[in-house]
Amino acid sequence: MLQQLRENKSLQGALLILPTMVFMAGLLIIPLALTLVISFGQRGPDGGVIFTFSLDNYIRLIGFQPGCLQPSCFDSLYLQILWRSLTLAFQTTVLVILLAYPLSYFIARAPRKRRTTLLFLVLVPLWTNFVIRVYAWMMILRTQGVINGVLGWFAGLLGLTFTPLEMLYTPGAVLVGMVYEFLPFMILPIYTSLEKIDPSLYEAAADLGANSLRTFLRVTLPLSLPGMVAGTILVFIPVMGMFVVSDLLGGRQVILVGNLIQRQFLDARDPTFGSAASLILMAMTLVVTYFYTRKFGFGEEIVTA
Amino acid sequence: MNAQRRSPLVSSMAFLVYFFLYAPILVLVLYSFNASRTNILFEGFITSVGPLQMQGSTVVQSPCGPLHWFCELSKNREVMNATQNTLTIALTSTIASTIIGTMAALALQRYNFRFKSFSQGALYLPIVIPEIVMGIGILVLFSQVFGFINSAFGLVGNDRLSLGLGTVIVSHIAFSVPFVTLIVQARLHGFDKSYEEAAMDLGANELVTFWRVTLPMLLPGVLSGALLAFTLSLDDFIITFFTNGPGSTTLPIYVYGLLRRIITPQVNALSTVWILVIVVAVFLIQRLQQTED
Repeated sequence: MLQQLRENKSLQGALLILPTMVFMAGLLIIPLALTLVISFGQRGPDGGVIFTFSLDNYIRLIGFQPGCLQPSCFDSLYLQILWRSLTLAFQTTVLVILLAYPLSYFIARAPRKRRTTLLFLVLVPLWTNFVIRVYAWMMILRTQGVINGVLGWFAGLLGLTFTPLEMLYTPGAVLVGMVYEFLPFMILPIYTSLEKIDPSLYEAAADLGANSLRTFLRVTLPLSLPGMVAGTILVFIPVMGMFVVSDLLGGRQVILVGNLIQRQFLDARDPTFGSAASLILMAMTLVVTYFYTRKFGFGEEIVTA
Repeated sequence: MNAQRRSPLVSSMAFLVYFFLYAPILVLVLYSFNASRTNILFEGFITSVGPLQMQGSTVVQSPCGPLHWFCELSKNREVMNATQNTLTIALTSTIASTIIGTMAALALQRYNFRFKSFSQGALYLPIVIPEIVMGIGILVLFSQVFGFINSAFGLVGNDRLSLGLGTVIVSHIAFSVPFVTLIVQARLHGFDKSYEEAAMDLGANELVTFWRVTLPMLLPGVLSGALLAFTLSLDDFIITFFTNGPGSTTLPIYVYGLLRRIITPQVNALSTVWILVIVVAVFLIQRLQQTED
């Protein structure tokens, strides 16, 4: 038996990966399959699940009511929530790229010795807790918060009357919170791909008469694309499923699909509808990721960063 | 790279982004010394030391002086329990996922077996699926399985299976393993097999070769995988939110609960301590790695 194991390389490999696959199957694949089964079920009287095969939850999600597919029954509430999540994830990703790029570029071009420190400074905010970072923004954006305090102080110096700005519990607050939460996840992969660029390429471009803008557009930007792709995956997907940031910074104003799902499992107690919403969310992210990576390739920087 | 060609535009934009990253943290830390109990406005520091004195909701004097909220924090049993839970979960899941993930990396990089490409693909799933989808999937699974077992065996009261430390730890292992595997795999990728072949030629068996050659060379990769797993576990909110139960509250869950009720500067004091501990720990680890290099 032991001898057999020694000679059978294929069996050894399978045994080594077995625990990982047990976890992947038990806590990812089986749960997803069960989510799918439950999404076709119906809500039980006690918040439980009645296993049937009904498309009611999906019909509700696209805006109709079970048993009524007439335009008069159409309500775009859930479609709006899905659309809002998608556009917010898109806006966040674009803003994060715009903020991350100059910083990554700055770090990559800094003297080698200082790069570690500069990169370390990007990581420190990431190690404070996720929830704590949202809380910091609550303190900053509140009506009596830091921004209004500073603005009011300036207005006082100038002798102006100042009406505090309402910033917390707005879509803008949620966007700022999302950008803040996920910025480091873009800086790291872009930095990694920028750092890999051979400096002689810049010299070659300069020798051939390219100015710095042209060098950037034709050399730097294309070569940093893998980093941006990896960063986009690391930012877009979590934003799509986020509920904490929208909950704490958006209040009841900004409901994302993540909030919708969370409420079905806690307050509204309809796990079947929550399961359907969750699968739609997964389908949306997988479709976007699929087309995006097919166009740009899967960013290997995800791991190396 | 040519350091002289840095444009002032890039430098000032970089500076602004650093400011954006750090301003909220500075606010958090500053407010942990706030004299105001309601913590809405910053009403200055607590300057005098002595028996506790309040004026409305403002602390005028405290036995701990400016560190009033840190003292309150240390007396808070809920925080201490949550800290203990957080560390238990992070340590256990890090050890388990590091071992399991390293095994998987070896399998994927060194062996051929059936379903190999399927296994590799499955590892990317937790990265491309939003955490909430995984979280509610696990919640649904546990509640169905536990419900079934509880009613099948007629378990009641404390014997009933329910969400708790166990379910959180298992879930944390599940989402950490892929990251450990991918990191160790990346390390194995650029790894010269001839050292192992040399060891075998010199008469070492597989076990000795693994222990004396493979593992020491893999160690930096394994350690950075473990560090990432630990960080992921400490920081996790979403999956813990759906898999925790009574008695397994972690610090992020505890803070989230507070944010929806009343906030005192205690939350800030907690954040300040958290930031300090993590920064010091990471700094020490970096130093250690640098001296090793």
